[in-house]
Amino acid sequence: MADVLRVVHYLNAFFGGVGGEAEAHTPVSVHPGALGPGRLLEQALAGQGQVVATLMCGDGYFADQEEAVVEHVQAHWQTLKPDVFIAGPAFRSGRYGLACGRLCLEAERLKIPAVTGMHVENPGSDLYRPEHLYIIATEASAVGMRPALERMAALAIKRGRCQPIGTAAEEGFLSRAVRRTVHTGTPAAIRAVDMALKKWRGEPYISELTVETFEVIPPAPPLSDPSKALVALVTEAGLVRKGNPDRLPAAAATHWASYHVGGMDRLVAGEWDAVHGGYDNTAALQDPNRVVPLDALRELERDGVIGKLLDDVFVTVGNMGSLNAMKRIGAEIAAMLVQRGVQAVVLPAT
Amino acid sequence: MGIPTVLATCLYTVATRVGANRIVRGGRFHHPFGAPEKPQAEEYVWRRKFVEQTMHALCTPVQQPTVFDVEDAVLV
Repeated sequence: MADVLRVVHYLNAFFGGVGGEAEAHTPVSVHPGALGPGRLLEQALAGQGQVVATLMCGDGYFADQEEAVVEHVQAHWQTLKPDVFIAGPAFRSGRYGLACGRLCLEAERLKIPAVTGMHVENPGSDLYRPEHLYIIATEASAVGMRPALERMAALAIKRGRCQPIGTAAEEGFLSRAVRRTVHTGTPAAIRAVDMALKKWRGEPYISELTVETFEVIPPAPPLSDPSKALVALVTEAGLVRKGNPDRLPAAAATHWASYHVGGMDRLVAGEWDAVHGGYDNTAALQDPNRVVPLDALRELERDGVIGKLLDDVFVTVGNMGSLNAMKRIGAEIAAMLVQRGVQAVVLPAT
Repeated sequence: MGIPTVLATCLYTVATRVGANRIVRGGRFHHPFGAPEKPQAEEYVWRRKFVEQTMHALCTPVQQPTVFDVEDAVLV
């Protein structure tokens, strides 16, 4: 029989049995063996794994001292040497979910396979699914404790033994922002027509890919007087100085660059390159103003339609960009724009 | 309080789904502000009109993703 997996379990103080007011502010502690729901977890592991220790921490304490808790837990992992780390399940408890997510992420970074569980609407789910963590979908409350632990245990065993893992639907985890290519034996064209026919007939069908929903951004108020406004150009079209001095990649960019256009009436062909790998750059190379319309905006500046054009353009490559990277890049550029008093942005996109 | 931003693209359906609030559509995706099929002078006139439309979008209050057209835009 294969080795018994060493499991370390993380619980918040409430599930660990510390009650009342003390509960939220309990610092990190370590207990040998299983505690509270950990005993159910051990049953679910059915001899394939053993809970060698339980780490417990109050959710309020974690929220206040996240980095310190992470350090403590990392130190415990060093001593305990788990084969698998299991956190929660947190159900809908937000701070608990965030704690489970963070600790699983830290475990994965140390190459310790980690599994947690929470309700899909737990804020920990939104934050940590894009980090590709394995989060078992649970019910909203501890009513769902047993099925949650059973799925978490099953997944933990597979991960601990490096066994193949099924789809999110099969294993019961929340989609973790990972796409796998699978050969179905049927060409996509046929699958697409079959799916369209089902949809047309009102029959049930399952989409192979689900469309992500995006957070709603409240619109900024409009410019009241463009003739006084400082306007900036920001683009994801990957228009860069010839030679690509900042080495923007053709795809999956994780950084951005800015280029000085002060004193230029237009972008001059030959001085710029278009490195975005998702579009044919012939037209852009012949006349870069077709992508970043510096010439027309300068004319608006001269005519007094806009107050001033910012002297720098901000550039990244939006080809196959990860949402998280693009969010960060957007936030960094936005911070620069705010610092420089920019009041409006024109954003050419390809 | 955000900075009003107008996205200029021909892929306006993607833009609305992602949640960009001010979208001006025109051109083709490999040259949003270009119309290379036109002679150069005419293309510039078109680009100027497109840019004016982006300014119009920036000056217009919107409640949700809103697409502004440029006259005789060609959709890909």
